[in-house]
Amino acid sequence: MSAPILTVSHLSASIAGQQVVEDVSFQVPATGITAVLGRNGVGKTSTIRGILGLISRRGEVTLAGERIDTLPTYRIVQRGVGYVPEDREVFAALTVAENLALAERDKKPRREFVAELFPDLVARRAQLAGTLSGGQQQMVSVARALLNENRILLVDEPTKGLAPKIVGEVAQALQEAAKIVPILLVEQNLDVVRRLADDAIVIAGGRVVHTGKAREILDDDALTTRLLGVSAEAHA
Amino acid sequence: MSSIVLILLTGVGLGALYFLVASGLSLIYGLMHVLNFAHGAFLTLSAFIGWQVAQALGTASWGSFVVSILVGALVGAVFATLTELVLIRPLYERHIEQVLVTVGLSFAAVALFEGIWGTDAVNIAGPAWLKETTEILGARIPNTYWVLMLAAALVLVALVLFLKKTRYGMIIRAGVENRSMVTALGIDVRRSFTLVFAIGGAAAGIGGVLAMHYTTFVSAHLGATLLIFAFIVTVIGGLGSLTGAAIASVLVAVLQQFANVYLSGTGDFIVVVLLAVVLLVRPTGLMGRKA
Repeated sequence: MSAPILTVSHLSASIAGQQVVEDVSFQVPATGITAVLGRNGVGKTSTIRGILGLISRRGEVTLAGERIDTLPTYRIVQRGVGYVPEDREVFAALTVAENLALAERDKKPRREFVAELFPDLVARRAQLAGTLSGGQQQMVSVARALLNENRILLVDEPTKGLAPKIVGEVAQALQEAAKIVPILLVEQNLDVVRRLADDAIVIAGGRVVHTGKAREILDDDALTTRLLGVSAEAHA
Repeated sequence: MSSIVLILLTGVGLGALYFLVASGLSLIYGLMHVLNFAHGAFLTLSAFIGWQVAQALGTASWGSFVVSILVGALVGAVFATLTELVLIRPLYERHIEQVLVTVGLSFAAVALFEGIWGTDAVNIAGPAWLKETTEILGARIPNTYWVLMLAAALVLVALVLFLKKTRYGMIIRAGVENRSMVTALGIDVRRSFTLVFAIGGAAAGIGGVLAMHYTTFVSAHLGATLLIFAFIVTVIGGLGSLTGAAIASVLVAVLQQFANVYLSGTGDFIVVVLLAVVLLVRPTGLMGRKA
């Protein structure tokens, strides 16, 4: 494993006083895609939101050795943490162009790279994001994170609720993105995990219960059945 | 016919005044989820300072009238900015405390204004043309209503251009929709809070000076009186919606004028009934989004 870009130590998080992440510790390598796996409701999304400070949390988070858990969310993002939220969260009343322009932080944002990755968005620049399909909204959401030179992307369930064809397109885009930036990926679709992820972290009961190579975990049917509640073979 | 035109146009003029106060309230609530009860204080202070400026420059001249409006806008913006920085910002994410502090400020401001300018209403004068009327389709419309309509139209156009054409405007529109996602794009949304307060304060300031000419007096309670209707307009229009505030302002004021004339002076009552109906049938208001 290369030197970690992101280190999470004893992270706990709560929403409205309810503890949703108990004691999570893991490292994310500086290259490739690391998947966060686990059954529904174990705290995967809350872990991502806790790292970003979007929910109340405790513990230590370092980005390339620098502590970021003491910073407000916007400063964490400015340090180079891109975020693709669950449910896309595009600004429905803004156009595609405005959604992307809002995300631009760098002096030279990667507009060409994003346009090559998502040509459909170029054609739909003037369209209100709220009128896009789910897949197109996901492209906007991913594109927002790719416009800047981030040091890591936190991508939360990017294929949730999408048609199989669009799932393939989003997975392809993430594969391309992973060539230039490491990704921490929360994903329920094990086919996508198998295709994209190098490493995997399994969360259960608000804690990390297993780490290892993604394929090794997914190839171990007993392990996936026990930890994820599904048989990876069924997805293979 | 002429009485209908008179009621309609004076209703639109009154609606313009409501909009000047409600536009800031709506933007502030939309972005920050703060019901700003101190908004009336911004208006009142601007009116008093505008009056002082007009007194110093000569009340009859158009120059002093325009300068008093500009000074009113500036005073409103500065007062609102200080309120946000000193009282609202330290209570970030504590919405109930934020509302309570604006309530406290509104009471304290009235007491302060009464201490400085006295408890009696101060009669004011302006350019002679404002006291005259202009005839439209047989109806003689007081000229102050035209000034109110022009000012509200200019403020509306300026706000729309700002919201549509500038990056800060884009941040505010996005923040009204999903504030935490704006933050998650690396944007310090709190700067927009201050800006929205300043803009709302400036609009209220313009409204304050013009309200003073509309009522022909200024008192420490001027803002509180208008604030009630501005809140009603903001809720009916849909909290956070500028377009909704504009439509609801005219709707409420025209309805109020018609009810005052044709339903034995029940304008205020009818407006409250309209508010109740909207809350029951469409709780998000005419143009508001579902939570």
